[in-house]
Amino acid sequence: MQTLANKAEAPLLDIDNLKVDFHTPTGIVQAVRGLSFTLGRERLGIVGESGSGKSMTGRAILDLIPHPGVVGADRMLFRGQDLMSMDRKARRKLRGRHISMVMQDPKFSLNPVQTVGSQIAEAYRIHHKAGSREARERSLAMLEQVQIREPARVYDLYPHEVSGGMGQRVMIAMMLIAEPEILIADEPTSALDVTVQLQILKILDDLVSQRGMGLIFISHDLHLVQSFCDRVIVMYGGKVMETLPAAELADESARSRRHPYTLGLLNCLPDLDRPREKLPTLNRDPAWLA
Amino acid sequence: MAITIFGLLLVTFLIARVMPIDPVLAVVGDRAPADVYEKARLDLGLDKPLWTQFAIYIAKVFTGDLGTSVLTAQKVTDDIKTVFPATLELATLGTLIGAVFGVPFGIFAATHQGRWPDQVARIVGLLGYSIPVFWLGLMGLLLFYAKLGWVAGPGRLSIAYQDFVDPITGIVMLDAALQGEWDAVRDAFSHLILPASVLGILSIAYISRMTRSFLINELQQQYVIAARVKGVPEWRVVWGHALRNAVVPLVTVIALSYMHLLEGSVLTETIFAWPGLGRYITNSLLNADMNAVLGGTLVVGAVFIAVNLFSDIIGRLADPRAR
Repeated sequence: MQTLANKAEAPLLDIDNLKVDFHTPTGIVQAVRGLSFTLGRERLGIVGESGSGKSMTGRAILDLIPHPGVVGADRMLFRGQDLMSMDRKARRKLRGRHISMVMQDPKFSLNPVQTVGSQIAEAYRIHHKAGSREARERSLAMLEQVQIREPARVYDLYPHEVSGGMGQRVMIAMMLIAEPEILIADEPTSALDVTVQLQILKILDDLVSQRGMGLIFISHDLHLVQSFCDRVIVMYGGKVMETLPAAELADESARSRRHPYTLGLLNCLPDLDRPREKLPTLNRDPAWLA
Repeated sequence: MAITIFGLLLVTFLIARVMPIDPVLAVVGDRAPADVYEKARLDLGLDKPLWTQFAIYIAKVFTGDLGTSVLTAQKVTDDIKTVFPATLELATLGTLIGAVFGVPFGIFAATHQGRWPDQVARIVGLLGYSIPVFWLGLMGLLLFYAKLGWVAGPGRLSIAYQDFVDPITGIVMLDAALQGEWDAVRDAFSHLILPASVLGILSIAYISRMTRSFLINELQQQYVIAARVKGVPEWRVVWGHALRNAVVPLVTVIALSYMHLLEGSVLTETIFAWPGLGRYITNSLLNADMNAVLGGTLVVGAVFIAVNLFSDIIGRLADPRAR
């Protein structure tokens, strides 16, 4: 594997002017228009409304944009390697092994007719020359790492037999077993109960920091991003409105420096200790997208 | 199961009674004197109340007695023993052709959705649906039998072989093979392949369209994206993940198509002079031979129940949520 020196140098991800266009019969829909950012071994949050292009950004990095979509970028480097010039096969080999993604709802993102264990083992065997026995042992160890108490029993369960929280742990185990350097977490807790959300985030956080991974945390939950991430990108209409340290989201004194869209989002948050009659609606300025 | 069968018996029995056909006339002819007519009526048990008749009918069915056919003057059970295997071999080969070609066509269309292979599959499917089966049969005979001589003509076996093969199972190819008459096996296959292909084309159209839509539906699911995120190669995403989930509805569709062919395909059987169940029931009906119609309908119903049960079992095996 890679040397430590190599790890320290290039950022994990270096993206300049990323665009995702969908060529539909009624014209071109621009889902992402000119997004630039770099990702180190940190927790980067991407926030924005529905349709702001945050999920499409994750998909574009994974080369999983569905059919009529086209990805373009001036630069898209993974640890110095040019992703844009790689063929599909090379991109596929990066998936799971180097860049992975935890999806929103384990109820739909686990294959209903395979045991959860075999799905985790599959993720391992694709990238490692391993017999079924070794893959099974690895999977059991991985299940233990995501704090599942009886791995051997859970291994043989089907997705409909596990709870939402347990399903999401299985999902995390499946996506981290091949030890990727980058994890994209696309609304990983939105489908879960509030009580379970924190457990899952804790597990995710522990694994990411233990392994020194880069995390892209996609969410619409400002509170969550603020407490969980190091840095935050605020997206609107497929563009970056601003990038800021997560701590500044909560910082009242820094408000004057905020982009009006970020301020708008913050103002929409209800507050427990300061009751408000009405929440303001978001004012969107077309000039932001110019 | 038991209730379904009882319902089937009841419905077939009632249908036979409400038909505007006098079963007595069918036996004695319409110029019979009144006393002969009356005697035949008593023999048929038609003087008894309807429910008594039904009870007698059920009792007879359970002892394996479906009555005697007026038309063939044989026991209906014996008739069915000869016509059902003929339909069975035709339907089985037809469905086999439909599944073996239809499923891969559907997969190919689904994985190339909107592009040219999908369009080709769509046109082939449309043709398969819309070409009348009797026209296809006649053209097939004209081309492959009359012009090219690749296959044998109508009927199940050439006259030269007809006395060689003793009926054991009733399926000619199997019987011939059991008796080691390989020339007869080849001859039987040569007779079977054209009508089976005609039915097969219909099944291909149906099965491929269904496969396509089931698979497209599965390919849009989140777990397919998850599999791709893991780095699973695309062929395995399709065959190992998506198709595996489409198996249950697919088995149901293939079973439905099989049942449809097992009812007997009257047109195909007529054109190919195939002595099958469809032709038997139709002829009996046109001649008011109610015992035969009832017997035939009962067989069709029983086959329906059996195939349904079979596809349920497969569905249960393939889907852990149904267990």
